[in-house]
Amino acid sequence: MSAGLAIDAALALVLPVLAWAVVATPDLRKAIVLFMALGLVAALAWARLAAPDIALVEAAIGTGVTGALLMSCVPWAESLTPASRRARADLALAGALAVVACLGWAIRALPEAGPGLTPAVLGALEVSGVEHPVTAVLLNYRSYDTLLEIVVLVAAAIGIDAVLPDDDARRRLAPPARSLVGVLSHLLVPGAVLVAGFLVWKGAHAPGGAFQAGAVLAAGGILLLFARRLRPVPFAARALRGALLAGPLLFLGVAVAPLVRGGRLLELPVAWAGVLILAIETVLVVTIAIVLLMFFPARVLASSRAPAATVEDPP
Amino acid sequence: MSAWQLYALSGLAWFGVGMWGLFAHAHWVRKILAVNVAGSGLFLVLAALARRATTPAPDPVPHALVLTGIVVGISATALALSVARRLAEVEATARLDEDATHEPAAPPAGADARAGGDAAPPPAGGGAPP
Repeated sequence: MSAGLAIDAALALVLPVLAWAVVATPDLRKAIVLFMALGLVAALAWARLAAPDIALVEAAIGTGVTGALLMSCVPWAESLTPASRRARADLALAGALAVVACLGWAIRALPEAGPGLTPAVLGALEVSGVEHPVTAVLLNYRSYDTLLEIVVLVAAAIGIDAVLPDDDARRRLAPPARSLVGVLSHLLVPGAVLVAGFLVWKGAHAPGGAFQAGAVLAAGGILLLFARRLRPVPFAARALRGALLAGPLLFLGVAVAPLVRGGRLLELPVAWAGVLILAIETVLVVTIAIVLLMFFPARVLASSRAPAATVEDPP
Repeated sequence: MSAWQLYALSGLAWFGVGMWGLFAHAHWVRKILAVNVAGSGLFLVLAALARRATTPAPDPVPHALVLTGIVVGISATALALSVARRLAEVEATARLDEDATHEPAAPPAGADARAGGDAAPPPAGGGAPP
């Protein structure tokens, strides 16, 4: 127990210090690398807190995809001159302390210990269609969270496409040719597909699920994109729009269907809950992976004339 | 002090550092990075609070909330980054135009005020180094 507490204390100390390093490092590139290191150290904390689902999603999406996204911004971000109005350090400190004080007060006001919502979650697990409590919360008890979250993802993808610049500027955003060795993608991408399938299947009774699987699948796609092995499709393509909307539409259909039979919104029939959740999750994996891929502007290379896209073989 | 309190305090400090970064940085990408730092700190607070449960397994509801938060977080990050990139491009174009207009003649300060009507609005002192 004391060894465990020592690990807890060390992690509790290291995490804010690493966070400070991310924020205070002047070099943007270093800051992003430190941010990814922070995410990986935090995975230990999730493990200590018995939160394997968070560990998987935070490592894959919060650290992996976000880190790659930030890194892909370095070329234009480094040349960016900061806004003319300089933030005042003392005001920033006061503001941060005020927000932290509010949050700390809120935490102190909470009851010290209690059963929380665990008994309620476990009590209804039998009729939820899955055996893993977190999946039951995400896809059954509080499935409106997940439904709206998918809508947020798709809305973000549409928003990003809306602010993309014209074709010439798009081409400048593309990663340089041969930025990653193609062999690496040959080795890793089949693994990513396999792991994604495993995670979504596993999600019914163990940590895993659509978001973990979607993130792993997207990671494979990002690798292909950067290795120039994947020819991305323009947003206008019907196939892309169809795949993008399949997840939200299926989810919405399942959500609305009970209303016709006199039930309630998002009420899953007990006998069908397991099958419906697996179907929703499987389709969501595709939607999530596509949206995460669309977050990378390199994909617009696909549009019509992109001669550079074919340069992939080493000389 | 129990383990959950330790992690809640740690997450609180982590969140505070991120908020400080958000307020103190002028660079957009640094601001977006700081928001992500603050968000992760908040997730640690929530996961620590889930451990308060007296049951052997932690409370699954905060875990599900954190999972939703992570996905919403990356959506917001991606959208914010693309808006920042667009703004950076627009600003760079405006600056190039300005250079092209003003460089050959190197007009005095008075000419700036007169030309201000037809040119793109100057990015409020953006060119002036502090």
